[in-house]
Amino acid sequence: MTTKNPEAVLPAHGIEAPRSGRIDPKYLRSGSGSGSFEMAAWLFMRISGLALIVLIFVHLWTNLMMGDGIHQIDFGFVAGKWANPVWQFWDLVMLWLAMLHGTNGMRTIIDDYAEKDRTRVALKGILFVASAVIITLGTLVIFTFEPCLMDSSGELLDSVPAFCHDVVG
Amino acid sequence: MSTTSDVAEPASKVDLDQGEGGGEVPSFDITLKVRRYDPEFSEEARWDEWTITMFGTDRVLDAMHKVKWEIDGSLTFRRSCAHGICGSDAMRINGRNRLACKTLLKDLDTSKPITVEPIKGLPIEKDLIVDMEPFFQSYREIMPFLINSSPAPTAERLQSAEERQRFDDTTKCILCAACTSSCPVFWTDGQYFGPAAIVNAHRFIFDSRDDAGDLRLEVLNDKEGVWRCRTTFNCTDACPRGIEVTKAIAEVKQAILTRAM
Repeated sequence: MTTKNPEAVLPAHGIEAPRSGRIDPKYLRSGSGSGSFEMAAWLFMRISGLALIVLIFVHLWTNLMMGDGIHQIDFGFVAGKWANPVWQFWDLVMLWLAMLHGTNGMRTIIDDYAEKDRTRVALKGILFVASAVIITLGTLVIFTFEPCLMDSSGELLDSVPAFCHDVVG
Repeated sequence: MSTTSDVAEPASKVDLDQGEGGGEVPSFDITLKVRRYDPEFSEEARWDEWTITMFGTDRVLDAMHKVKWEIDGSLTFRRSCAHGICGSDAMRINGRNRLACKTLLKDLDTSKPITVEPIKGLPIEKDLIVDMEPFFQSYREIMPFLINSSPAPTAERLQSAEERQRFDDTTKCILCAACTSSCPVFWTDGQYFGPAAIVNAHRFIFDSRDDAGDLRLEVLNDKEGVWRCRTTFNCTDACPRGIEVTKAIAEVKQAILTRAM
């Protein structure tokens, strides 16, 4: 109702004539379709969803059920796992797929529920920045994780976990 | 009927004596609660309630007629054929999109007020009348007509029964907008093409006589196209013709994917 077609207004009443062909601009699609991005995103959600079921449940099983179960999880356990390139790769894929899957899901929800363009842009901005930071930090940690830090003279720092003394010493 | 079984039934029901044969049609009181809006008087919408006596054979549309013809002539709504074919009187009845002419009062909970609202997501013009232009704009964009560049044959364009069956479900659409205006994605900003446009695209995409399937798939591969469907099944539930709308949308998604691969 925001557009006024002057020719469609009855001068005596100032009321628009019905069926004058006007459409509220909020219904007009911008026309700049983003190629096949939405299709790719849709497909990615299905494929990554299936992959994540395997990735997450194997992850949970090895961490919580095998060996000593939940009691084994500590700094050393994680360090041990990441010493193995298979688990490095496993966790990296899980991190990326989970983050991208979640981010795309949130993007969809924002698109569906945010009514104002400014709200939508702001929320998506926060979402994308947050996701980028987490993906970058997570990737960095997986590849640069160093449990046994040494000082300049080659001595282990006081704060390192106990198993470092066995490994290094 | 068992007591009258020995008496031959007359050829015409008009010849039946009163109180014989058919039995009384039960009557009951209902409260009709209608969302009213008239921008000439107030920008605010309001609820109006009427308690009226209706019969077991009456539909919501009959109750609306009773109010309009006997109580408040200013009640405004669309209806044309009143028999579920023209698709004019889609309304939100007790929170669900239904055709007023196909919803029997006896099927609703008559102990509570029956609420009637305009369909959601489209601009309201007055009472239950909404501006359908955005809806038809999307419909036009998917080119709802046969496109075939080959020379027209002297007789019909032939098609096997199986080929016809492929899109039979989506030929039933009466463009009442019950599906599109039940879709939560459409409610947000009205940019989404909506189930009705996709259903009518489906009707031609899967028609073996039509050549422009690719064009329509391209239109619906838009960011406001089929990929905004969240499969909430509101459309399938709302369709007064029983079209499996969500399934049709999924088939169009699949066709776009197959074409891209």
